Order: sequence, then structure tokens, then C-alpha cells
Amino acid sequence: MKAIWTVLQEVYGLFVEDGSLAVILLLWIGVLAFVIPRWPGGAAWHAPLLFLGVIVVLLENIWRSAHHKR
Amino acid sequence: METWSHIGTSVLASFLASLVEFVEALTIVLAVGTVRGWRPALIGTFAGTGLLVVLVLLFGPTLQRIPITTLQLVVGILLLLFGIRWLRKAILRAAHIIGFHDEAAIFARETAELRQEAGGQAARLDWVAVATTFKAVVLEGLEVVFIVIAVGATGKMLLPAGLGAAAAGIVVILLGLLLHRPLVRVPENTLKFAVGVLLSSFGVFWIGEGLHVSWPGEDLSLFGLAAGFLLVSLLGVSLARRAVAPISNAAPMAEQGERP
Repeated sequence: MKAIWTVLQEVYGLFVEDGSLAVILLLWIGVLAFVIPRWPGGAAWHAPLLFLGVIVVLLENIWRSAHHKR
Repeated sequence: METWSHIGTSVLASFLASLVEFVEALTIVLAVGTVRGWRPALIGTFAGTGLLVVLVLLFGPTLQRIPITTLQLVVGILLLLFGIRWLRKAILRAAHIIGFHDEAAIFARETAELRQEAGGQAARLDWVAVATTFKAVVLEGLEVVFIVIAVGATGKMLLPAGLGAAAAGIVVILLGLLLHRPLVRVPENTLKFAVGVLLSSFGVFWIGEGLHVSWPGEDLSLFGLAAGFLLVSLLGVSLARRAVAPISNAAPMAEQGERP
């Protein structure tokens, strides 16, 4: 049982180290899944929106992590 | 052109990511082999490899039954989470906010722990040693399997991704046989930086495909995404350095308790 729990923890750790980063990214993808089919601005904006959201989340997390380590 | 660019990026991403994982597994196997003997170390290694092969054979074919857009979205999300975790850590390391991953220190710690546990096991099979290498090979190997499937499955690039991982495995095993010590000179943070950029790019690309986003230039947009992630990561390093500037002379925090 302990071995299975260890393996599950390791597998979870493959994808999530900072829980807030993972949650905000998932939220952003969820928002896009809802918004993209209804977006009035045309399909050309979808790709930049997706990428920009991800990099903003990453940079905010880096800034926050650096401040926490001070 | 688009197919070759996709094959090239799949092989490269899979090779670099697997290289890091194989180096980490090799460190543990070498530590066990040196201290507790090569027989239990190799039994654990082969048993771990066997389990991974069974898992791939068991779950690999089921991937083909999942609708492609669902697969693209799920794999894209997992790839993005996996890649951005590496990228975040590489950025924080490059900014000297967290400590670097030190294979020599891990090798020394593992050998010290194994020496403490050794004693009176010469005649019987050393199960601690078998379990240690088995666990290392399975856990690091699972990451390799995930990388190969994630990079290869959605774009029908399993063979190039698998070849990239196999090439990384061969390189690391050959170097391990030659050197008989951990590969401390591998520029691991640079590799993780590059792999984080590539996997995050693949992740965003597949999420977009799963959400029916039309990418300018189709597969070629992967290069644009990678360039974008690289630039943003370099910006992130400078941002993190600026955030800790008042205490820039302080020693970086140790990496205890964090995954490599």
C-alpha cells in the first residue's frame, strides 16, 4: 500500500510542483475552452491568446516564487 | 518541410528529456552497484525495465481508441504541466534562487546511505539494493515513457520520439560503462531549460489543436512557440534576479525535499 502511495505521489510530482501554477494554468485552459467557440474577434486571435495567457501565468509565478524566497 | 520539422523537434525533445532522466537513473544504479554489488543493482534495473515494457504494451494500444481531439487536449495539458515545471525550476536555478541539481552529491548521499544499511547480506540476494535500483529505474523510466508517448502519440511521431529516447539511453549507458561514475559534467540545468522550452511548446501546440485553434504556419508554429518560450524564460531569469536583488549575495536555497 505504501509503495502504491509513493508511486502515485511521484507521478503527481511529475506534473505538479507548485500547485498554484498548475491550477491557474488549468483555469486558463478552461476559460479558453469556453471562450474560443464564442469569441467574436475571429480565429486569428485564438493562438496568441492561448500563448500569452500561459506566459503571463509563468512570469507571475516566477516573480512570486522569487519574492517568497527572499 | 512541415513533417520533417515535426520529426526533428519530436526526436530532439524526446532525446534531451530522456537524457536527463537516464542520467538520474544511472546515478542511483551506479551508487547501488558500487556499494552493494552489481548483481542486485542489475536485477533491480532489469526488473524495472521489464515492468516499464509491460506497462507500455498494456496501455499503449488503448491510446488509439481515444478520440484524437480529446487525446490532443489531455496530452497537451500534461505536457504543458510537465514542461513548465522543468522550465520554472530551470529559471529559478539560473537566477540562483534554488540550488543546482548535483549528481555527485546525490551519488555520495546514496552510497553513504547504502553503506550504512549494508552488512551480513553477502550470501543472500540484497533486496534493499534490488528495490533501490528498481524504484529508480521505474520512476525515471515512467518519465521517459510519458515523454515519448506525449511527444509522439498525438502527431503520429511515436517512432521518432522512441528513437530519440533510445538514443539517449544508449549514450548514457555507454558513458556509464566507460566512466563508472555519475555524469556530473552534464549541463543539467541547461538541458532542463531547453527541454522545458520544447515540452511547453509542444504542450501549448497540442492544447491549441485540441481546442481547434488554427496555428499560423501549422506545425512550423512550434518553432515560433519555442522561440517565444525561450525569450520569456530569459526574461523570467532577469525578473527573478531583480526580485531578489537586495539579497543577491545570499546563498541560494538548498534543494532538499524537491524533485529533481
